[in-house]
Amino acid sequence: KMFEKNLNDLVRGIRANKSNEAKYIAQCIEEIKHELRQDNTNVKANAICKLIYLQMFGYDISWAAFNVIEVMSSTKFTHKRIGYLASSQCFTEDMDILTLTTNLIRKDFSSQNQYDAAVTLNGLSCFVSADLARDLANDVITLLASTKPYIRKRAIIVLYKIFLKFPEALRPAYPRLKAKLDDPEPSVQSAAVNVICELARKNPQNYLSLAPIFFKLMTNSTNNWMLIKIIKLFAALTPLEPRLGKKLIEPLTNLIHSTSAMSLLYECINTVIAVLLAFTSMPNHSSSVQLCVSKLRLLIEDADQNLKYLGLLAMSKILKAHPKAVQAHKDMILRCLDDKDESIKLRALDLLSGMISKKNLVEIVKKLMRHIETTESTSYRDELLSKIIHICSQSNYQYVADFEWYISVLVELAQVDGIHHGSLVATQLLDVTVRVKGIRRFSVQQMTMLLENSKLMGITAQGSSTGDVFFAAAWIVGEFSEHLSDLRSIMHIFLQPRATSLPPPVQAVIVHNILKLYSRIYLKAENDNDQDTIAEVTQMLIDQLPMFGESSDLEVQERACCAIQMLKYIQKIRDKGLTVTDEVREMFAGELNPVATKAQKKVPVPEGLNLDIWINDPPSDSSDDELNNDAMFVTEEDHNNIQGIKYPKVDEDELKKRREARKLEQENNPYYIKGNTKSKELEGPDINDIPVASLDLTVPLKVPGNMILSTL
Amino acid sequence: MIKFILLVNKDGQSRLSRYYHNILGEERENLERETIQKCLPRSKKECSFLEYQNMMLIYRRYMSLFFIVGVDSDENELSILELIQNLVETFDRYFNDVSELDITMNVEKAYMILDEMILNGHIIETSKNRILAPIYATENN
Repeated sequence: KMFEKNLNDLVRGIRANKSNEAKYIAQCIEEIKHELRQDNTNVKANAICKLIYLQMFGYDISWAAFNVIEVMSSTKFTHKRIGYLASSQCFTEDMDILTLTTNLIRKDFSSQNQYDAAVTLNGLSCFVSADLARDLANDVITLLASTKPYIRKRAIIVLYKIFLKFPEALRPAYPRLKAKLDDPEPSVQSAAVNVICELARKNPQNYLSLAPIFFKLMTNSTNNWMLIKIIKLFAALTPLEPRLGKKLIEPLTNLIHSTSAMSLLYECINTVIAVLLAFTSMPNHSSSVQLCVSKLRLLIEDADQNLKYLGLLAMSKILKAHPKAVQAHKDMILRCLDDKDESIKLRALDLLSGMISKKNLVEIVKKLMRHIETTESTSYRDELLSKIIHICSQSNYQYVADFEWYISVLVELAQVDGIHHGSLVATQLLDVTVRVKGIRRFSVQQMTMLLENSKLMGITAQGSSTGDVFFAAAWIVGEFSEHLSDLRSIMHIFLQPRATSLPPPVQAVIVHNILKLYSRIYLKAENDNDQDTIAEVTQMLIDQLPMFGESSDLEVQERACCAIQMLKYIQKIRDKGLTVTDEVREMFAGELNPVATKAQKKVPVPEGLNLDIWINDPPSDSSDDELNNDAMFVTEEDHNNIQGIKYPKVDEDELKKRREARKLEQENNPYYIKGNTKSKELEGPDINDIPVASLDLTVPLKVPGNMILSTL
Repeated sequence: MIKFILLVNKDGQSRLSRYYHNILGEERENLERETIQKCLPRSKKECSFLEYQNMMLIYRRYMSLFFIVGVDSDENELSILELIQNLVETFDRYFNDVSELDITMNVEKAYMILDEMILNGHIIETSKNRILAPIYATENN
């Protein structure tokens, strides 16, 4: 007889074999497979027990499913229990083998031993499929009336899972379920409350009628778990029923004052907030708001991190409806930003961004910037950055008073190491510079400074997106070059050899803006009658732009080539002594104004234009449309008006000549594979004897739209 | 409802894992791995709540074991902390001052105790006496 390992031995064995764990476990699994082939249920149950343990290591044990069912069917309770435990760990709903369990489960439900039914219910709740739910729904509903509360309570919970898989079971079962709310046994009552709360949350409207029952339960019960569930449910129901909200305020306020359980206090506060959110026009609601805020303040200032977190979480809910009440505690929230706990910092950050006003924007952003400098966590830094931009740009920059300040904030952000939101900063820079005319000079100065900072050029770091900022900077100095003091130095920065290692979109922008700068230099020099500078700059660009022309990116290549070509033309024209000043000026004349998305709607419709009438005659809806097909296709007359390739019409003689010529050519062509002319039997009628029949088609053989094919 | 319960030691090894929603195979492994990665490095000073995907992770450390519970937004966070406390005390009573080794060596008993407390993601029993009574009753079967 084999000396089998039991679970203890297995565990010890694995611990002893840490160095070759996988191999040891593989060996154990082999042993288990052998054990499962034995007839002895004891051995099998032991084996399954070991498998349960191994599953935690990540080993799939579903191959043993049949054996698990065997053990489940054992009459010995301890075996049965192991079987069901294993089933709850490894059975999935899609397993075909589940059909084998239906009768077994029914049998176990009706067992004399209540523990049999209990472990069955436990197991079933984990693997119930739609089929099982349909087949066993009635059996479980019957168990609701079991004499044992131990069973009743479990049946209620499993019933919920059955409802999920087989929704048709809900309707017939509902009255029985509702009756359980009055069950004498508190734990059964609690389970019923649990399930009905779950159902109600998914479909609050249908369960509004239960509100009075729950109200009674709430005022009479001392079971905190149940109270919390009920109070949470009320938070979901109040938006649907105003009178409920009004009734709740008083008992909830009492609970807030009286309870010593933090969890209950927290839940009550949350629900009061939900009630206040739903109805802002309630008597005495300001005192309720104050009560909540003051209690939350106590939570946030508590030394316990958990309470701090939850306090901040609840504050954010109040913020939406009563921002002023929260704004008063701005300093406390700013202090939370200094907390070492990242969860708390993120919550505080979230809260702050909802509390922004014109007065506190600068102060808050300053605080956040300082955090960006000091923090080590990159994810937090990214979060801070995107938050700063969000609060500044929200509602169309509603809170920004000084845009020069904002540009300098953006410039500072652009220089932060390893950020992932370069594109965000870049879009902001562009947006603000384009839309706020007054700060363009400042912006250009700042961008010049950024470009001169060689750090921006050395951008190949993984994930760093400062390239986007370069894009913005290059575009801004090019577009608003009238504010530049030294155009040549910017040009030199653009033409650095390192520029070719920038991301292609940035290079494309650089090439284009080089042209803009060129045109400005040209016009200025023309004004000063400085022909030498023009010649020199033109030649320099023609020499240096090819480095972009060699790029593997198509956009960069094309722009560079276009630019080079244009410059060469300019050079050629000037060499001939002609002037090209006006054309150069025209190149970038005119201002690109930002256009609001709703601008099109504001354009007045010109007189006499009615957009609601047909421009052409509408297509006829009649069913004899098929006969009108001709109208859709191009006819002979239409076609002659269209310019297309005309193939000359050939006559018979010409055709004959061509045929002869072709035959001769084929004879003389050594590579032409001739057909087998010797097999006379297969020879059919001579091609030339086949008459060309003309088919009478209602649809002309013309392909609409294709000019060439239409001529054939 | 409770989505899952995980007992992990400080080296990241799972000692107990129970899932109350349908999640299998690779998805389950990923969930476990990421959950463990997020919870283990946290210090004592940090709060016990972590937001992960659409769940809230609530955890507590007792000696060398991390008790991690994943819940959806319908659960009260503080009551889950109380649940974890209750679970530890129940284990303590059954195993007489529970240690990680006790749970490792008696995995099937630990699951049975857990199943007396939580079914299908819902708490069904909180009294330690009533939780352990069936276990004692069926012990000598």
